[in-house]
Amino acid sequence: MSTPALTAPKQPLFSRLPVISHLKKSVGLQRGMLVVGVVLSALFILTSIFAPLLAPYGYSQLSDASGSFPTQQAPSSQHLLGTTVGGYDVLSRVIWGSQTAVTVIIVSVAMSLFLGVALGLLSGYFGGWLDRILVVIADAIYAFPTLLLAIVISIVISRGQSSFWGGIFSCAFSITVVFVPQYFRVIRAETIRLKAEPFVESAKVLGASSMRIIGRHIFKNATRTLPLMFTLNASEAILTLAGLGFLGFGIEPTSAAEWGFDLNKALADTSSGIWWTGVFPGIAIVLTVLGLTLVGESINDLNDPRIRGRKRAGRTPVPGTPAAPTTPSTPAEAGKP
Amino acid sequence: MTTNLGNVSDQAGSGQPVLTIDRLQVTFATDGGDVHAVKDVSLDVKAGEVVAIVGESGSGKTVTAKTILGLLPETAISSGAVVINGNNVIRVSKSTLRKIRGRDVAMVFQEPSTALNPVFTVGWQIAEGIRAHATDGKRISAKEAKKRATEALRKVGIPDPETRVNYYPHQFSGGQKQRVVIAAALALNPGLIVADEPTTALDVTVQAEILQLLRDLRDNYGTSIVLITHNMGVVADLADRVVVMYQGDVVEEAPSRVLFADPQEDYTKKLLAAVPHLGRHSASEGARGRLHQDGKILVEAKNLTIEYPGRFGRHGFKAVDNVSFTVSENEVFGLVGESGSGKSTIGRAIAGLNRTTGGSLKVLGYEMLDFKERTFRPLRKEIGFVFQDPAASFNPHLTIGECVAEPLMIHTKPSAAEARKKVGELLESVQLPASYAQRYPHELSGGQRQRASLARSLALNPRLLIADEPTSALDVSVQAKVLDLFKDIQEQFGFAALFISHDLAVVDMLSHWVGVLYKGQLVEQGIGNHVMGSPQHDYTKRLIASLPVPDPDEQARRREAHRALLGG
Repeated sequence: MSTPALTAPKQPLFSRLPVISHLKKSVGLQRGMLVVGVVLSALFILTSIFAPLLAPYGYSQLSDASGSFPTQQAPSSQHLLGTTVGGYDVLSRVIWGSQTAVTVIIVSVAMSLFLGVALGLLSGYFGGWLDRILVVIADAIYAFPTLLLAIVISIVISRGQSSFWGGIFSCAFSITVVFVPQYFRVIRAETIRLKAEPFVESAKVLGASSMRIIGRHIFKNATRTLPLMFTLNASEAILTLAGLGFLGFGIEPTSAAEWGFDLNKALADTSSGIWWTGVFPGIAIVLTVLGLTLVGESINDLNDPRIRGRKRAGRTPVPGTPAAPTTPSTPAEAGKP
Repeated sequence: MTTNLGNVSDQAGSGQPVLTIDRLQVTFATDGGDVHAVKDVSLDVKAGEVVAIVGESGSGKTVTAKTILGLLPETAISSGAVVINGNNVIRVSKSTLRKIRGRDVAMVFQEPSTALNPVFTVGWQIAEGIRAHATDGKRISAKEAKKRATEALRKVGIPDPETRVNYYPHQFSGGQKQRVVIAAALALNPGLIVADEPTTALDVTVQAEILQLLRDLRDNYGTSIVLITHNMGVVADLADRVVVMYQGDVVEEAPSRVLFADPQEDYTKKLLAAVPHLGRHSASEGARGRLHQDGKILVEAKNLTIEYPGRFGRHGFKAVDNVSFTVSENEVFGLVGESGSGKSTIGRAIAGLNRTTGGSLKVLGYEMLDFKERTFRPLRKEIGFVFQDPAASFNPHLTIGECVAEPLMIHTKPSAAEARKKVGELLESVQLPASYAQRYPHELSGGQRQRASLARSLALNPRLLIADEPTSALDVSVQAKVLDLFKDIQEQFGFAALFISHDLAVVDMLSHWVGVLYKGQLVEQGIGNHVMGSPQHDYTKRLIASLPVPDPDEQARRREAHRALLGG
């Protein structure tokens, strides 16, 4: 790209980044929602990055220098959030769990992004039989309950084994399969719309090849909604991951910490009054999903100029305006003879 | 003039204004800070008067119109007074505003096909307004409302209103739809109608009918009309008084005759000078025979037919029917026609964007009937294309420089430095500073973008240029500049051009030879000057007679002639 030296009102790259630019133009409640979302999401990401420092124990640690951990112990100074039936430290599992969640989100969303965008562009631009077949497949995938589909694929991929990356990938793949049709649909619809735009036609008239038109003219214009879809899908990915773990198709506790799996194991504890094993992974899921959803929804609202709230006009009054325009113009003023 | 329509304002005496706007200011909150759309507007409209508010885009004329009906969005704040029948629209409560709308003031929108709801009959839609304004707590029966809707349709000249009151909007033509919209506005006999570009979306021949209808309303029922338009011909045809707006301010206000004959302000003078006037500045002035026939023939159409496939079980639609013409080197061929006449289809077929289905179309010797993208691609660099909407024909993510360089990159693959130099030259040839190469399309104005578009189409020095309505999205003053530029560049570069437009005056200014299309058929072709001056075909006669010229006296004469033409 050429240097933007001449375009005076251009802002620095930092303030044009998706979330930051949105933060700048938001006001009132919308800004509050966005800020809460950003804080929660940042907390989530930071926790996952610094998990090794933050967590008092390892995710699969059952004992330390002073001996084996007690099982089902209530929160205490040694185990701040208590221990599980298997003797794991709940706090450590919750913190390490964020790392698993982030990895799954990144892998799954990245995979579905690439696949969905590429297929959507090709299908939308060329149309014809390729388009018809892909649309039918996408519709067929839509028809399946997502969790069922994820389970089937998880079984196919991991074949019951459960290493860290094996578990991650089986989760990520199954989420990918569920999400690809969404990206495919959005990008395809945008591509079909853009295909009829004069600037694409003008490229065609100039004699540009199809690949050049797709790559240079359509791609960037079609992918504008992706940051939004990314945040919304990220929260859905966490829920799918937790659902898989809860049903027992997740990652074994020895290979990684996983909130859904812990919830599953905590199921039996609820009846005996042991609340800490279930509540904390649950809260972690709720806050993370809430944070990502708030960010996504706020971006969605802020992207639409019709929904976006603005500061009231006229804070700086036009010269010559009466300060408070409260003159109740009576009919008498209005030209009675 | 006034009849007993039970309208308060009409009988209140002709001296009293129906509408008074006093020191109106409207400010919008936008991302780029506050925008003062209307800065200081004062005007009044008397009973039975047609006041035109004219101005270019961004002058605040539509915002003013919307304020009259209290239709401003929430992001706007307004001050001053807009008084209709003693109510200040800006200050009144929402329920009072609802009562005012329809009863005292009604609106006619620009696009009749979107102003009507497609799933209800037109009678229902007109009746909706009548029933919403049931007076004295009495409900109006469905039967009564329908009767009044039928009456309103009759008033606007819809034939057989008893039957057609039950029709749906799609069963009417564009002009009739606009009549229905006007009927809905008239249903409650408001003293004032605000018409926002009421004829902009319509063809010239239909426009003439709608203008006649509005004039009849004023003459027969004493309805005042606020006419918002950018078309000076429409103003000359209909308005009694003209208010010229520029950037939110009233520049000049004068009776229509005075304004056209003797404009006072510089802006008004410039605006009027820029309006293309049929019969002036014709490109083919003084020509006896067809010009530029010594060169090679670049485009040759013989019995060209282009058919769009019909839906299952239906016949296809013939967009172009048995059309024959030629375009030679150096020649500007003007193609005129109303919407749906097939003029754009022909242009697009020549550029290979549409497929031809019958006859023969030879473009630079290539038979388009056997069109293959691969074999046609080498010829693409010989053909330039200028699109109608300059905003949409640039990729918003590329700079102007990159867009203009695009044809070079595809066909000649120059180095970056060469490309930059060539782009600079091209931009200068269309009178844009070379530094604009760094800007993005949205940072340019409409006229500048259309120049850049012209630069792009000229990048490879094409032999043939197709311009599809290149100025119809531009303001008149900008249009005048772009047309001048086009003319200069055509003489300088010497390419052949197919100039497509619905505007007869514009076509006449540029074209040596003009073809008139009507429903896919080329009904007449000849020297531009001759076609405009003494049309032979009935349709051409009607087309030219319907075109309003920006001169009230001449327009009045033309109107009479037009009426005689239709009558005889």
